[in-house]
Amino acid sequence: MPPAPCRGLMMRCLRNGFLSFAVMVWVVLLGTSAAQAQDLEKALAGFIADNFADTDSATAAVAKTGSPLAISIIEALQDGRLLFSGEQKQVFLRNRAGAVLDAATGKPAANVPADLSPVRVNNRVRRAIDAALGGLTLLSPDPTRRLDAARAVFKSKDPAALPALLAAIEKETNPTIRQALTEAHAAVVLFQADASEAAKIQAIGVLRQRGDQDALALLSSLPDGTPDGVKRTAQDAAGAIQTNLAMWGGVQNVWYGLSLGSVLLLAAIGLAITFGVMGVINMAHGEMVMLGAYTTFVVQELIRAHNPALFDYSLLIAIPLAFFVAGFVGILIERGVIRFLYGRPLETLLATWGISLILQQAVRTGFGPTNKDVGNPSWMSGAFEVGYITVTYNRLWIIVFTMTVFFLLLALLRFTHLGLEMRAVTQNRAMAASMGIRTSRVDALTFGLGSGIAGLAGVALSQIDNVSPNLGQGYIIDSFMVVVFGGVGNLWGTLVGAFTLGIANKLLEPYAGAVLAKIAILVLIILFIQKRPRGLFALKGRAVEA
Amino acid sequence: MTLSPLTQALNRGAIAFILLLAAIGVIVPILNLLVPPSSPFHVSSYYVALFGKYLCYALLALSIDLIWGYCGILSLGHGAFFALGGYAMGMYLMRQIGGRGVYANPILPDFMVFLNWTELPLYWYGFQSFPYAILMVLLVPGVLAFVFGWFAFRSRVTGVYLSIITQALTFALMLAFFRNNFGFGGNNGLTDFKDILGFNVQAQGTRAALFGISAFALLIGYVICRVIVTSKLGMVLVAIRDAETRTRFLGYRVESYKLFVFTLSACMAGVAGALYVPQVGIINPSEFSPANSIEAVIWVAVGGRGTLIGAALGAVVVNYAKTYFTSGFLAPYWLFVLGGLFVAVTLFLPRGIVGTINYWMERRRDKAMPAARPDADSAAAEDGVASAATARPAK
Repeated sequence: MPPAPCRGLMMRCLRNGFLSFAVMVWVVLLGTSAAQAQDLEKALAGFIADNFADTDSATAAVAKTGSPLAISIIEALQDGRLLFSGEQKQVFLRNRAGAVLDAATGKPAANVPADLSPVRVNNRVRRAIDAALGGLTLLSPDPTRRLDAARAVFKSKDPAALPALLAAIEKETNPTIRQALTEAHAAVVLFQADASEAAKIQAIGVLRQRGDQDALALLSSLPDGTPDGVKRTAQDAAGAIQTNLAMWGGVQNVWYGLSLGSVLLLAAIGLAITFGVMGVINMAHGEMVMLGAYTTFVVQELIRAHNPALFDYSLLIAIPLAFFVAGFVGILIERGVIRFLYGRPLETLLATWGISLILQQAVRTGFGPTNKDVGNPSWMSGAFEVGYITVTYNRLWIIVFTMTVFFLLLALLRFTHLGLEMRAVTQNRAMAASMGIRTSRVDALTFGLGSGIAGLAGVALSQIDNVSPNLGQGYIIDSFMVVVFGGVGNLWGTLVGAFTLGIANKLLEPYAGAVLAKIAILVLIILFIQKRPRGLFALKGRAVEA
Repeated sequence: MTLSPLTQALNRGAIAFILLLAAIGVIVPILNLLVPPSSPFHVSSYYVALFGKYLCYALLALSIDLIWGYCGILSLGHGAFFALGGYAMGMYLMRQIGGRGVYANPILPDFMVFLNWTELPLYWYGFQSFPYAILMVLLVPGVLAFVFGWFAFRSRVTGVYLSIITQALTFALMLAFFRNNFGFGGNNGLTDFKDILGFNVQAQGTRAALFGISAFALLIGYVICRVIVTSKLGMVLVAIRDAETRTRFLGYRVESYKLFVFTLSACMAGVAGALYVPQVGIINPSEFSPANSIEAVIWVAVGGRGTLIGAALGAVVVNYAKTYFTSGFLAPYWLFVLGGLFVAVTLFLPRGIVGTINYWMERRRDKAMPAARPDADSAAAEDGVASAATARPAK
């Protein structure tokens, strides 16, 4: 939507241009009820013949009278409740309650004739009905109906709606609806054969301010016979809109990229610290994410069953639980399997792959193979618009959540004793051990921490992805890529890696399509790793072998 | 003199394995084709097809063992080379269908007609010729492995990093082959094959012959691997596996050695894929899935890495177990078994089946003859490898 000052300016131009005409129409519309009643009766006579051409023109005529009865008459026609009597040459309508009313007066009919039959409609008449209703509801007291009507006219570009439109613009006080009405008016004028060139150019200005896809479509599909000057202005406007839209499209893609990047970061960060500290790749990391998502599901099920009022807090309850469930399973894996495999990273990779298969199958057996329904709490559903981009609350919260987790983890590494020990072991395991750090305890806690963070990722992912046993598989390769790209032993590397990959992926998508973009990213990483085999932010050391 | 590498390579165990393979390759087709079904010695066509498939897997496992068991390169993307070989063969088989397809287009395969393609893409040219297809079976995986390996080994990408990017490679290929406009049939892949070299692929005789050829290919692959690992080249490979940096400091060009075995191994995997496709009658992008490649690695681990025979054995054993499990009421539990196998083998059986047997035999021999060990050269090649592979014990 254009900013408010411009809108005001536009309105003023329009008002000056059309003021006199609008007032005139207004007078006609609100004219003496006697004249209206006469017009209405004359118009209604068109229905008696019951042939489509007459019905068509009668519909428009009824709408034109501006009578307060017009809406109910045309709605009745639409629903097949408009009746006529050939003998009495009179039109009636049956209201929704079933009573028969005199169409011309809107009062219950004194004597109901026997030969009543409904006025027939065909597609042509239906179009006339839609146009008439669109014009009439422009003046409806209900603001949402007015807005809908304005949008309908914008689409139909029906010149018949023009008088009603002008009247409505004059009367309207709600700025949003007024804007919609002005744009509808511009659309009509632009497509009206007999509108003046100046009016058309002014209309193009309005559409240019609107600046969205619909406006672009209108500007690039001008009818034949449009003057050249108008065509040129329209082309300029379309070009400007296109540039603007392309810029917003770029912004939108960056936003999507940030969103994807935050998901990747959340999934990869746990992997990065376990890899950094222990030098092992945990192939079951994706399953820790899945466990977190299923924890969320279970929490929500319990809340639904026992205390639905708490539903909005379900995620807050699930966050610590998911952390502990996934962290606990992580420590079990470390104590039960991985600690026997130190010094054999490739075997660790295979063993954890096996664990991932077992966990997947266990969840599949326990919860079934189908997707589970995890709901959004009310504060995470919905969206708002910034400029031309739509920002959904769940994506926004996930970014906030990811950054919170990231900085908490950073603080943990920086300021706690465990963090100090973890950094020491990452840098030089042998030296750390000889300084009295119990490396096996650090390993177990690191693995638990990494897995717990994966569990947190699961809570976040449950809000935007399908919760199924395969949830983790979809993210594991991307997470590896983030770790490989960002380098280990430095969380900032993971951050940069995740957002770079996320944004690059989304920026490539419009040109290459989702799959090709992904392939391109994979190939780029494979090439990148040639240049920097230890990632962007590699730990510097003097050892020949890292 | 020219025979010496061969004689050196073929110790008693190796000769026994070669004879066994030769016997299987000849006798099974005979038992299938010539012995009447009523006879207890008849081998049903079902088992011929099943074990023919396993032989291809065994060749794939052998190729993985060559690089992982002897050179320490854990490729989690070897399924990609297998599948590329398979696609090359599949393209030949597609061209052989000719006008017998559903749309009866003499040039274009059905899926291209379906996608409204009017011309054969350039990269499909030549596949109507069998020798060309066979060349591609070797060349496509080989060139890809060479280029990939050249980049990776030159910049010293090793260990888990290499494993992860090989996995990314096969994942990327899977995504690519899933695309319809990539020109390989999208997610349906290539199927509905009619004949190979003029023989009907479905016919019993063709299947028996393919079984024999698979056994023979496995035999050749085994001999090649065996010659390599017992040669001086093999010694260097083992040295790279156990201490890459030290080997480099001793003046060996580690990258060149790695690149050579990696490329050779990819070609072997390609041949395995090419033999696999006509036997199962389909090739589709799911063959590229990373899970398949990792599964192939576990065959090697089960059989015993660095033993060659073990790799082949592991492929057959694990796949037979898979067939057994997934065909009955136990099907939901197969992933538990497979997952458990990964964990159990790495924890409790790090040498694998054959490796463990070799280890016991070596210990008994050491006890029996505590003094000098005869024919140190050839025995050390195998035994040394087996024990070096597991020199770092579980605890």
